[in-house]
Amino acid sequence: MKKFFALILALAMVLSLVACGGKDDGAKVVKIGVFEPQSGDNGAGGKQEILGMQYANYETPTVEIGGETYKVELVYADNASSNDKAASAAQTLISSGVSLVLGSYGSGVSIAAGDTFATAGMPAIGVTCTNPQVTSECEVYFRICFLDPFQGTVLANYAKSELKATKAYCLAKQGDDYSGGLCNYFIEAFGKDNCVYEQFPEGTSDYSTYITNAQNQGCEVFFAPVSTEAAAQIIAKADTQNLGMPVLAGDTWDSNVILNAAKGTGVEIAVTTFYQEGADAEFDAAIKAWINSDATAKANNGGNDELAAVTVMGYDAYYVALEALKKAGSTDPADVLAVLPELTYTGVTGDISFNDIGDANRDTAFVKACNTETGKWDFVAQQGIK
Amino acid sequence: MELLKSVLPYLISGVSVGGQYALIAIGYTMVYGILRLINFAHGDVFMVAGLIMVYLAASMPLYVAIPLMIVLTVALGFAIERVAYKPLRNAPRMSVMISAIGVSYLIQNLALYITGGLNKNYPAIPWISDKVSIFGMETTRVTVITPFLTVILVVALVLLINHTKIGMAMRAVSRDFETAQLMGVKINNVISATFIIGTFLAAVGSMLYFTNYPGVVPTSGGMPGLKAFVAAVFGGIGSIPGAVIGAFIIGICESIIKGLDTILVVNGVIAEQVGFSTFSDAFTFALLIVVLVFKPTGLFGEKTTDKV
Amino acid sequence: MLQKKNNKKNFISLIAVALFLVLVLVLDQIIRPTDKMSMLLTVLQKGSVYALAAVSMNLLNGFTGLFSLGHAGFMLVGAYTYAIFTIPAESRDTVYQYYDAAIRISFPEVLRDNLGAFGTVLGVVLAVLLAGLVAAFFAWLIGLPVLKLKSDYLAIATLGFAEIIRAVFQWGKLGPVTNGSNLLKSFERISTFKLTLGETTIKLSTFVPVLIAVICIALIVLLVNSTYGRSFKAIRDDEIAAEAMGINLAKHKMISFVASSFFAGISGATMAMVLGIAQASNFKSAMTYEILLMVVLGGIGSISGSVIGSMLFVAASEWWLRGLDSGVFLGINAPGIFRNGFRLVVFSVIIMVVVLFFRKGIMGDKELPDLLKPRAKKASKKASKKEVTK
Repeated sequence: MKKFFALILALAMVLSLVACGGKDDGAKVVKIGVFEPQSGDNGAGGKQEILGMQYANYETPTVEIGGETYKVELVYADNASSNDKAASAAQTLISSGVSLVLGSYGSGVSIAAGDTFATAGMPAIGVTCTNPQVTSECEVYFRICFLDPFQGTVLANYAKSELKATKAYCLAKQGDDYSGGLCNYFIEAFGKDNCVYEQFPEGTSDYSTYITNAQNQGCEVFFAPVSTEAAAQIIAKADTQNLGMPVLAGDTWDSNVILNAAKGTGVEIAVTTFYQEGADAEFDAAIKAWINSDATAKANNGGNDELAAVTVMGYDAYYVALEALKKAGSTDPADVLAVLPELTYTGVTGDISFNDIGDANRDTAFVKACNTETGKWDFVAQQGIK
Repeated sequence: MELLKSVLPYLISGVSVGGQYALIAIGYTMVYGILRLINFAHGDVFMVAGLIMVYLAASMPLYVAIPLMIVLTVALGFAIERVAYKPLRNAPRMSVMISAIGVSYLIQNLALYITGGLNKNYPAIPWISDKVSIFGMETTRVTVITPFLTVILVVALVLLINHTKIGMAMRAVSRDFETAQLMGVKINNVISATFIIGTFLAAVGSMLYFTNYPGVVPTSGGMPGLKAFVAAVFGGIGSIPGAVIGAFIIGICESIIKGLDTILVVNGVIAEQVGFSTFSDAFTFALLIVVLVFKPTGLFGEKTTDKV
Repeated sequence: MLQKKNNKKNFISLIAVALFLVLVLVLDQIIRPTDKMSMLLTVLQKGSVYALAAVSMNLLNGFTGLFSLGHAGFMLVGAYTYAIFTIPAESRDTVYQYYDAAIRISFPEVLRDNLGAFGTVLGVVLAVLLAGLVAAFFAWLIGLPVLKLKSDYLAIATLGFAEIIRAVFQWGKLGPVTNGSNLLKSFERISTFKLTLGETTIKLSTFVPVLIAVICIALIVLLVNSTYGRSFKAIRDDEIAAEAMGINLAKHKMISFVASSFFAGISGATMAMVLGIAQASNFKSAMTYEILLMVVLGGIGSISGSVIGSMLFVAASEWWLRGLDSGVFLGINAPGIFRNGFRLVVFSVIIMVVVLFFRKGIMGDKELPDLLKPRAKKASKKASKKEVTK
């Protein structure tokens, strides 16, 4: 029994230390929560998104709120790309006293955490969560990216008019709101009868079967807006099995993971995305210099300085957050929430403003194709829908 | 002919994955034969073998990395037995199983910590990851050589068990633990040898498996591990040929189920997708339950001669 | 004499539980979500879910000696049943965004229209009960073939069934009922649990899950102390002897399995309530393993042990050890070591130590009230000493 009480005592001490620890040293600090996956399926993407925020924080570490200078501190919580861990990660951020939250990469976790943010009245700005339900079901969620119905239609139009495809193979991850939603809107725009839709379960390692399925059913385009982890393996298999049709995907594939996987293969890849590298040469050069100077940052970016669109979106999101704090003139989440609907900001990725649901007013996407010889993205077109 | 042509690719990849399951299943069946323990950590050891390879290949040439990976994995298997199972030799079976689950939990969390929860890409091993064409189907060489390699290893293992002293000791221990001990068989050495053989095969299996499916995550070992165990039960636990045949059957069935929608659509049996692929994992377990309920000894369970 | 003592013990336990419930209700009112202490509420909410799950698993593994690993599957069934029958009509179509929902009845909503606020409560209670019943029904179906299997075969068969259940619930063709593999949300959840008395609103978001857990655990205690409970223990200790004593093995095993699954279903429903979402992909076998480790931590065969074990497990993983993941722990700043995932490593090492060296867990097979009596305390001390010298 002594052991038991000793254990309880020890834990009680730990508890009190944790509760009392972390006193601030006097300088005024405003905390911004970073609600991103750092492990699991979307871990790599989440880290690239965080990278943008970190660079922005490095560039602008302070903010003027109500005439006083505050130091901006980023507080991280890993939602592990998992819907059931999302709520407690969100609660950790809320209880650590953040003024607003940025994130997440991947829509499911944002939908799952929406309720927790709403209960606490904590404003959240989605960076690249494109599923409509993120904002439509949640009062406090805003976002700076375009939506899946838009992106799905752009991709379907591109497949039909540019790639001249008549039959599409769509692959999504089971229970994943991002890939499932995007496939759904793609199929709606492309025509249900001309699509073969399959979902792979979590933990799948065998993608060769799905490639065989697409070939056997005579499809002409392979639409797979899945996580970059799965993407790298799909590309490798597509190469060994001579897929014989172009691969199409959404914004998650705009990542150097894809470029590395596709380099030197014979797979044709096209994606839609938020930002075209080279649109702002000065910014590109500066952030690349920063990535190259910081070993951790470079590792988080997959070992090279190729910019992912999500990094740039993360960068813009940070400045939107600062803008909101300035306008609110206070660090109280409620005040920040009040100013968000009217907020406008011109970022690297374009003008950002919110409509009444909290979605960004964005009506253009960039289509990029992977150059398998150089391992870089080639700009194809800027597309909207009429 | 049309049917055969549409089924063939699935069949080939099923045989290949079956061979890889077989190499893991032997570890389960041998350990169960001797200790009556479902070694839940075996699948995770298989995953660790993959991770070790990822890290080793980054810093040294493959001809050093591959043997070193096998040695390290075998050491891990040996250490797990000594640390987590040996102290519980006289404890109830449930305690040992809980310990196995605990080890599995620990290995997965360690892997999560070391990799940062990110997918690690398995290095391409020259020759076996080259492209080949077989019956007009494009694939990698590993798909073709896996079944042959598996059969060679299994034959070698059966020879070892039937014709060496340690093999005889293994057979004796699996027949009757206590009597064998009384007869002067050094139980701990036999058990260690069993774990060493089991993890060696899992390490070879992981090389083949991850060359085929080149992404290693902390949970990579879970499902292949469970399926290999089901294969061992299906073939009759304790029987090595049984485990191998069970593994091939499970590999083929699983692959065909994943492609069943396409096979049926292409051959005009059904008009639209039904979603059979959802059940590719569940099917394995359904098979397990059917076997357990109707023939608990498995396909070859009664033949005790090959028991380890 | 003995009777009297037992009565006194029970009385004290009852008072303690009642005080605890009042305390939870008070904490619910004074702690706001933005406070640091709000993690305490999260721990209480999740802890009560897992406590119930662990106790129900203990009923089977610890008291009946049936080693089952299908818990996550039954929790999944409970969570889905509860979620499906409490989604309000207006949210139904947004939740089932890709399907045409087949079940369109929400218990709390229907009863609210007829009975007012009381109807909402009754609706939630009904949905929770139904969750338990559906899980129990699945358990009965599964129990028919598998309960005659022995120890580890039973474990692997139930594990397999849990995986099959998960696959079925994710199947696209069942989408109109289960929403395919997509998540269910917008149903009655803890953030919507409030009581309005005139001007004041009383928040019940922690009180409700704790209350559900307390009631269910009390029922399990009653079951364990009944004649059935004694039969379960007899089966655990020696199946053949138990059968010779006239205990119907098949019947009692089935009762234990179904009862355990019933409560697992309710804990699944409570989990859905607490998380605000239900999704099949969350109920993996890893969840069963975690619950099993909580039971082991607390002591197999001790109900209060399971409760303490799961509360400690949740508190440590959600709250106290968070620092291990974020760079600073106990004032030590070591971002190189204390990075993402370290918490779980420390945690699993602690668990392995318990499994290997303190096989009895925190409580062994003792209960908390046993510690109140001085004589019993001495006895348990002796017992634990014996264990150490061994």
